[in-house]
Amino acid sequence: MKRITTTLAFAAALLASTGLAHAEGVLNIYNWGNYTSPDMIKKFEDQYKVKVTITDYDSNDTALAKVRQGGSGFDMVVPSQNYIPIWISEGLLLETNPGGMENFKNVAEEWKNPEFDPGRKYTVPWAMGIVGTVVNTDVYKGDINTWGIIFDTPDELKGKVNVVPEMTDVIDAAVLYNGGTKCTGDLTILKKVRDTLVKAKPNWVAMEYGTIEKMGSGDFSASSDWNGSAFRQRLANPKIKFGYPKEGYVNWSDNLGVLKDAANVENAKLFQNFMMDPENAGMNSAFHRYANGIAGSDAFMPADMKDAPEIKIPAEFASVGVPSQTCPRKSRSFTRRSGPSCRSKLPA
Amino acid sequence: MSGASDVIEAEARRDVRNRWLLSMPALLIILLAAAGPLLIVLVYSFLTPGPYGDVQWQPTLSAWVNVFLERDIFDETLSLADAHVSIFMRSVWLSLVTTVLTLLVGFPTAYFIATRPDNSRELWLFLITIPFWTNLLIRTFAILQIIRNEGLINNLMIDLGIFARPVQMLFTDGAILTGMVYVYLPLMVLPLYASMEKLDFRLVEAGYDLYATPFRVLRRIIIPLVKPGIIAGSILVFIPALGAYVTPSILGGGKNLMLGNLIELQFGQGRNWPLGAALSITLMLIVMVALLFYVRNAKGSGARHG
Repeated sequence: MKRITTTLAFAAALLASTGLAHAEGVLNIYNWGNYTSPDMIKKFEDQYKVKVTITDYDSNDTALAKVRQGGSGFDMVVPSQNYIPIWISEGLLLETNPGGMENFKNVAEEWKNPEFDPGRKYTVPWAMGIVGTVVNTDVYKGDINTWGIIFDTPDELKGKVNVVPEMTDVIDAAVLYNGGTKCTGDLTILKKVRDTLVKAKPNWVAMEYGTIEKMGSGDFSASSDWNGSAFRQRLANPKIKFGYPKEGYVNWSDNLGVLKDAANVENAKLFQNFMMDPENAGMNSAFHRYANGIAGSDAFMPADMKDAPEIKIPAEFASVGVPSQTCPRKSRSFTRRSGPSCRSKLPA
Repeated sequence: MSGASDVIEAEARRDVRNRWLLSMPALLIILLAAAGPLLIVLVYSFLTPGPYGDVQWQPTLSAWVNVFLERDIFDETLSLADAHVSIFMRSVWLSLVTTVLTLLVGFPTAYFIATRPDNSRELWLFLITIPFWTNLLIRTFAILQIIRNEGLINNLMIDLGIFARPVQMLFTDGAILTGMVYVYLPLMVLPLYASMEKLDFRLVEAGYDLYATPFRVLRRIIIPLVKPGIIAGSILVFIPALGAYVTPSILGGGKNLMLGNLIELQFGQGRNWPLGAALSITLMLIVMVALLFYVRNAKGSGARHG
């Protein structure tokens, strides 16, 4: 009898404690791996008494596939701008109207009314950057400002090149490398793109997301990568440099939205507003090392971010950047069909 | 008289009913958790992929065609899907090699344990189970730390002056094999031990008394007697190895795909669920064929010494 009472008491205590935790609030964020400042999250947790959980993904497709099934349990997600129209049209994002939030005034002018989310009805800026290359210049001394690193891999780098598995990025790079324009539907270009990929793949060693760690440890000597990630690699090893492909590169942004089936909508809205505060956005940039689209946030970033070669685009490459956008169905279906087969094609 | 037999009969009926009732939960779980999903997978493999994952309810055979044939993105002609076929071959090959390697390592291990004194066998068996205490993912990452370019082996070899520069071991088939042999070894050792424990070592002694060489004793006496253990161990290793996912995706670097990764790719990034479903069923068929092969072999051996 005594044991039963103790068990009951214990169960009651357990229930009470979970009830308490619930009352204080939770927030589940689904974001790209290694992309969220722990200090900034801690600040949010302390300020609003909300427990934040972060789960990683490694590509837009992975995130979309998982959330689309419903019941994922996540409250927020950070898709790239070219995917946001899809998230909206698929009815996955909740219209939280960040444009009307208190901190919206801090959003930089050029990000206030973007094409992918007119009037900022769904998302707030998280980070923006460039798709380029990273190369360990100890291993390869030649020109790194070219997609040739990935598609016509120099001998020194053969078998040491990684490609980040964001298929749209890979296809875009191959299109630009073959002289096409982003989202092209031109079949002669797309055929060249396919041949380029088939020819390039045997020289790659892996298709992984975790470049910061594996470039640092020497498992990869080069990779396709994003500039903030490259920045962090250079801080760990000054020999790792970011290349701006002269054939053209894509400028992208990732934006924070709330899921339609979110369980913690109020906390998610608090977090959207929180992210538009310059101090918090600056803290986040200090971690992921990308620009963030919030005016005045540079005051809260480390001094080395101002003139970093990964952030300040050299004048000679400034003109070849193209904006990321949602491609029409035709070229999207090319990406969709060639992407997985590119991943599953084996080295010769 | 008849009353007594009625009672016995009623008793027997109740017994049967009770047994059915008691096994109901298990049967229900099998029905709901195994047969149900399998049926869904089978149905999905005949449907059309939705634009962002999921399926559309339009029946088609295209997923099954795509398992082995590839429609050209440009001119829509069909050709052999060499990527899929080579992944199938590669998975079967890597699983076979894993089975052979675990057998080569596991056989002496099991023999060693079976020939220890009764009181210390428990300890040896216990040692075999230790790897199970740690999560598979963590063990695989540990292997990654050892074989990576700046890992234990490469650093040691460079320090000793044996290698001039790091040798690429991570992200190769060798890395996948190492991982799989390590992970599946206990699954080979345990059934081998179970049948060696029952081995009558007087037969081995008799063989030596008749001037048989150690190799002959192994080949003519020990192997035929422990064959059920070899078969059970091989099945236990080969089948999970064929569908391995974690090991190839970490040690193979996401480029050296095996079947498990290819299927995952279709349900995730590829957003082609019907193809993923068709590939899963194909994997199951391969397993069934392999099992039939084993079972037929097992019967043959049972008849000889049973």
